[in-house]
Amino acid sequence: MATTKEITIGDVNARASELETELQGETMALNVGPSHPTTHGVLRLMMELDGDVVKKCEPVLGYLHRGDEKIAENMTYNQFVPYTDRLDYLAPLANNVAYAMAVEKLAALEVPERCQSIRVLCCELARISSHLLGVGVYGMDAGAWTVFMFTFTEREKLYTLFEELTGARFTTSYTRIGGVARDIPEGWLGRVLEFCKGVLPVLDQVDKLLTRNRIFMDRTVGVGAISKEDAIAYGITGPNLRACGVDLDLRKDKPYLGYEKYDFDVPIGTNGDCYDRYLMRAEEIRQSVRIVRQCIDQFPEGAYYAEDAKKIFAPNKAKVLTSMEELIQNFMIVTEGPQVPAGEVYFEAENPKGALGFFVVSKGGGVPYRLKIRGPSFCNLSILDKLIPGHYLTDITVILGSLDFVMGECDR
Amino acid sequence: MAESDLAQLTERFDFLTERASSDHLALNCPADKLIELCSALRDDFGYDMLIDVTAVDWDVQSPRFTGIYHFLSTTKHEYIRIAADCTDDINPALPSLTGLYPAANWHERETYDLMGITYEGHPDLRRILMWDSYPYHPLRKDFPLAGIETPLPADDVAEVTGASVLPAPMMGGPFTSSGDGPMSQTEPRAKDESWTEKKEKPVK
Repeated sequence: MATTKEITIGDVNARASELETELQGETMALNVGPSHPTTHGVLRLMMELDGDVVKKCEPVLGYLHRGDEKIAENMTYNQFVPYTDRLDYLAPLANNVAYAMAVEKLAALEVPERCQSIRVLCCELARISSHLLGVGVYGMDAGAWTVFMFTFTEREKLYTLFEELTGARFTTSYTRIGGVARDIPEGWLGRVLEFCKGVLPVLDQVDKLLTRNRIFMDRTVGVGAISKEDAIAYGITGPNLRACGVDLDLRKDKPYLGYEKYDFDVPIGTNGDCYDRYLMRAEEIRQSVRIVRQCIDQFPEGAYYAEDAKKIFAPNKAKVLTSMEELIQNFMIVTEGPQVPAGEVYFEAENPKGALGFFVVSKGGGVPYRLKIRGPSFCNLSILDKLIPGHYLTDITVILGSLDFVMGECDR
Repeated sequence: MAESDLAQLTERFDFLTERASSDHLALNCPADKLIELCSALRDDFGYDMLIDVTAVDWDVQSPRFTGIYHFLSTTKHEYIRIAADCTDDINPALPSLTGLYPAANWHERETYDLMGITYEGHPDLRRILMWDSYPYHPLRKDFPLAGIETPLPADDVAEVTGASVLPAPMMGGPFTSSGDGPMSQTEPRAKDESWTEKKEKPVK
């Protein structure tokens, strides 16, 4: 026997709008970090979620604050070099160079060509190592583990080269004011060329794995797009700025260390999204390899430090032990620091993460009166509270990975 | 390029004076004219990127605090440095540039945190690197390198453990030496000698 039953569902639209307000009132607070694999260090995000969509995002910094600027005011210029390793600890060589260049600019000191070439090599190899990690970890963030394994193997080879050059794999402390700590080891340039030969096929492989990968593209294209105007207004620098279509590379536009001698291209993005930021880094590795090759091709002979800067660069150890004048000179530089005239100077170098700047105020003598460090990651992250709202929670991983920041230089 | 900017700027704004600088174009600007100058810099002179905001503590000098701004033109590729003295030495204040350059937001929070300069008109002037309840401004010259004992930011932990944030042990370092005087005095020595390996830490 069939029965029929009548039910009323009432006004569907009214019910829906009733539910809507009920649902909207329910947001969830979510805390990510400071110790979380997504945040690549100790960044902390306090977010407000509506379902899966982030409504509000507040970055909390300072978990790695060590007071580097205060420390700098209390020691000589050379003593501070090891502290610069700990700014962007994924490219310590580039930080060493930027810091030495800033102080040398204040002392109006020009380092010899060989020293400049060594430093260019340092900067570019640091860029390659930083970007290799950046791309690898980014791939991992988006779910592509293999890329990370490939790039990390290459980075390991680079660290062996760094160890040979500086004595340390990670905390290189390689530059001194007026030069570098020691000359390049014998046969090292050949080994760098060999590395360059090996890294390009790996990049091709990464290219094949990521660039047209459907999953990777779905997760990154159009996600986390920053407009040109916003990028400039928020002071974003480096590959993150260039991904937005702004043609600004200090190596080209404010050449230092003789970068104008090298022939290289600056990749520029169009959309400023996560995908473009990946493309920038991948291409910059290739361009850095080009610079490294040209640099080694025309590697100059000569001194690796400014020989005429008697009050700035400590003399050769062999001479210190045999000659009175050099002994005194060495003693003065070690105890009182490199003698730098009074003045104010600001120098920025194009580091892997962006423009790393040092503002040095000196009243003369061997200790800076004030040293301000402008960490590119600090500025790059300042856009987060504007960039992240409106994205899905899962996009946060990709956005943070694509910005490629380091908390060491953000918190200083 | 920088020279023509200098001529045009000093002609248009008679309150500007040139500042001694070892590199880029540098100008002194009174604190109350800062907004006027910076909006002209951004809109008419092309200095569209605020690179850095910081401040210098001149210690015993007056004016004691000077705010320093670095701008970069993304088209001309030139830097400019603007310095503005804080008129008040006790409660230093400067106008906030956050309305003109969003980049100023975090930089000003940092300078407020570490140097104690109040940025008037800043939408959210809180500490950024130190924790919110921290009572000092560590980059000021009268703040000791080792730090000052302060309550632990986590109240619940402090209640149970009785722990607080202690000054850093300064045994042996960093070394400083004065430039003049007899040899015995110019030898490098630890800056804080209130306690060493041989001398116990003074008990308060």
